[in-house]
Amino acid sequence: MSYIKKPSARHPKLPKNDLGLTVRDYEGSMSTLCAGCGHDSITAALVQTFFELQVEPHRVAKLSGIGCSSKTPAYFLSESHGLNAVHGRMPAIAAGANAANRDLLYIGISGDGDSLSIGLGQFCHAIRRNVNMLYVLENNGVYGLTKGQFSASADIGTTSKRGEVNEQRPIDPVSLALSLGATFVARSFSGDKAQLVPILKAGLAHSGFAFIDVLSPCVTFNDHKGSTKSYAYTRDNMHEVIATDFVPLRAEIKTDYSDGSVQAVTMHDGSVVKLRKVTEGYDPTDRRRVLDYLGETSARGEIATGLLYLEEAGADMHGFEGTVDQPLVDVPYEVLCPGSAALEELQNEWR
Amino acid sequence: MAHDSTYGVNDFGLKIATVNGTGSASANGLLLQALFRMGIPVSGKNVFPSNIQGLPTWYEIRVNADGYTARSPDFHLVVAMNPESYARDIEEVASGGWILYDSSRELSDQFKRDDVTFVGVPFADLCVGRFDGSRTRILMKNITYVGALAALLDIDMDIVKGMLREKFAKKQHLMDANFIAIELGYDYVKEHFDCPLPIRLETMDETKDCVIITGNAAAALGCVYAGATVGAWYPITPATSVMDGFTEYCNRFRIDPETGKKNYCIIQAEDELAAAGMVIGAGWMGARAFTPTSGPGISLMSEFIGFAYYAEVPSVFFDIQRTGPSTGMPTRTQQGDLMLCAYASHGDTKHIVLFPADPKECFEFAVAAFDLAERFQTPTFFLSDLDIGMNDWLIPKLEWDDSFVPDRGKVLSAEDLEQADQFYRYLDVDGDHIAARTLPGVHPKGSYFTRGSGHDKYGRYTENSDAYIEVVDRIRKKIESAADAVPAPEIHSVEGGSRLGLVSIGGCHWAVLEARDHLIRDGVQVDYMRVRGFPFNETVEQFLDEHDLVVVVEQNRDAQLKKLLLLETRCAKEKLVSVTDYGGQPLSKGNVLEGVVPYLEMLAVEVP
Repeated sequence: MSYIKKPSARHPKLPKNDLGLTVRDYEGSMSTLCAGCGHDSITAALVQTFFELQVEPHRVAKLSGIGCSSKTPAYFLSESHGLNAVHGRMPAIAAGANAANRDLLYIGISGDGDSLSIGLGQFCHAIRRNVNMLYVLENNGVYGLTKGQFSASADIGTTSKRGEVNEQRPIDPVSLALSLGATFVARSFSGDKAQLVPILKAGLAHSGFAFIDVLSPCVTFNDHKGSTKSYAYTRDNMHEVIATDFVPLRAEIKTDYSDGSVQAVTMHDGSVVKLRKVTEGYDPTDRRRVLDYLGETSARGEIATGLLYLEEAGADMHGFEGTVDQPLVDVPYEVLCPGSAALEELQNEWR
Repeated sequence: MAHDSTYGVNDFGLKIATVNGTGSASANGLLLQALFRMGIPVSGKNVFPSNIQGLPTWYEIRVNADGYTARSPDFHLVVAMNPESYARDIEEVASGGWILYDSSRELSDQFKRDDVTFVGVPFADLCVGRFDGSRTRILMKNITYVGALAALLDIDMDIVKGMLREKFAKKQHLMDANFIAIELGYDYVKEHFDCPLPIRLETMDETKDCVIITGNAAAALGCVYAGATVGAWYPITPATSVMDGFTEYCNRFRIDPETGKKNYCIIQAEDELAAAGMVIGAGWMGARAFTPTSGPGISLMSEFIGFAYYAEVPSVFFDIQRTGPSTGMPTRTQQGDLMLCAYASHGDTKHIVLFPADPKECFEFAVAAFDLAERFQTPTFFLSDLDIGMNDWLIPKLEWDDSFVPDRGKVLSAEDLEQADQFYRYLDVDGDHIAARTLPGVHPKGSYFTRGSGHDKYGRYTENSDAYIEVVDRIRKKIESAADAVPAPEIHSVEGGSRLGLVSIGGCHWAVLEARDHLIRDGVQVDYMRVRGFPFNETVEQFLDEHDLVVVVEQNRDAQLKKLLLLETRCAKEKLVSVTDYGGQPLSKGNVLEGVVPYLEMLAVEVP
């Protein structure tokens, strides 16, 4: 991806977190995306998220595939290792990396072309495998880098900038993830940082595959009338089902939410996610009802947003595999190699 | 000059024709192991269909006191248990040989031959008389022919019974049934025929320092000893047993005694594309990771292989070759992926490739593959095939040096990074064309962006011609420098040298070696080189330089090794000629001699 290095000058009075880092320390190089691109707002939300969570940047691994969305890991956390994989294949890299070193925080950034067309299989299997990572799908309904072709998330009847009409059914990544058994499913909007940041935090705290579909308008190819992924359309039709508050591990929980309007979920790392129900009767832990609800809202042309489904207790990939708690990259060779005596003994069975 | 079909004591080929899915594999294994325990050099080749039950399958056993274990050039005894394949099985017996068949049904006249001896044993009737249940009868029929062979060939019954006792120590009813079945066959043959046949066995002492093992099991064990922790794969014949082996040995050697948890992670991927990605992801993190696959898998992985080549991520690919192109014949062997692996992926790429010849080298080269991958920070290929991988080989015992230290290549530690002013991922600071790498999570100064898009030596994205060329030129030199690190060729020379040279690769080795001995016995002086690694090193060039005519023996249609030698050495095109064998069967001495002899005339070598 192209990039421009950011100047390192910073204001001396910028607030610092407990690690002594300012928000600037969580930035990356200058974005080369189009001015007004939704992806840049997501980048800003990520920077704020990591700063506020006080994450050590070098303990994060950021990954992406190919496309405009996949450029964005260059624009945050310059002190993190990044990997820009081949198109649609980031989930496999993330699974292998996580298998080798389970102690890092993994964040994958993908797009609707990357995840819903060329990489649909890998996306689905990362969910099945419940790879412990935050997976952000920057969803704009078009292929930007190749100049405006429809993607698989384009709604029926959507018109392209050149006037073609999409007749094919869209793939809704949220319903797909839910039906595949994803343990953390959210939808948000790049223009709503207040909603997005707590969801990102909760996603990072989640043990397993945390999926966030973020509607992220393409100002150049899909922000016109006739698009259902434009800023205007998204603002007019988005409907927050559930509001998320993230309470980090060290914070004291003060509010009493015994009235049932708030569901509190304790995450694997001890932090708490509070889900305030904006829609009456909505239960973010009942997968089947969430799917029904999404079907109903989508039929009405509404875009349901929020942390729509959360299940914290399930096993992740390492749980399924039964791997040691220590990252495999840290297991000493002496432990891994059985040695000559074991070889001799084994070979007695080959006689 | 046709090869002679000799046979005698401890020197013959045996072929057993059965129906797959009937339990004959365990009977055949028992037979092979019994001969091995008699101290006689043996080898077993499984010729099986791409099917689970009901199709013809064969098991070939070669007995050879001189230790030649390539595929038997001829079969002197055929055990015909499958009427479906009678026609070809009976036709395949060498003149003067024997056919052991199930005489419960009379043999049709169309199969009769008068130059061979038919030994009819009513296996089915014998089993029907002694066992209940059709499945048991089918299973025991196999053990009955082992009993018949024990009588015909003078197999030590104490050894056979001892093995049955070991095998069924905890299953008394099975042991009893097997004992009955073995004696049914043995007693019937003893009673009705002159035993033993001229092809018979005599106890020797040639196998005490040997084991019998498949190449895939040995390769899997090599992965364990190399310290591999992440294996990602998609099931495919004939590579599946590599991961089966890795799983078995990890279960044995890699379970943490305190927690019962695994010091390894095996991921069955959704396809080969994902398997390659997982290996690269794990390699990026610093784990030793591998994937076992076959040609179709390498085709699918090629995009990621180019990524790992350009981004310089250590990764190991086991290609257990089968007959291509496309799906080809999945249960037949071939060496058809040489070109594919040498240059896998689009753009300018070239890879380190190792060519083991038997399970011993599978073990050793598996370990070497991880060292090379990490030292040169690049995808490394281990190119075996179905014959090496899935057949039963007699090899000297594997050895392990406990002082072995894995070569992790240039990896900067947290301390190194703390002291460094700055780190640039693709900067060659010491002129060996290899830039130091860092692992994620170790130190903030080590961070960089791993990418398959254009990058400069500092690891930054670039679209600048000079900056791009600087990096890809260094990578080219890096891979070329691996020529001195891959295993050197194995060379056999006659005294004073010869004008004629043979060259081969992989599992062809044993048949070529045997054919060469045959030629030398016949007075034809011939040198021989087996290539063991790519890029080719200087010794390969020298061998080609020193011979007037070089016959390249390999198992593919298009002479891929010959072409690779022409592309990658200074050798003149006229000098190299080919013997190709690509029907899917393991190579035998006969195939080599038939191919090589016509070339002897080109050199005016006198052939007796």
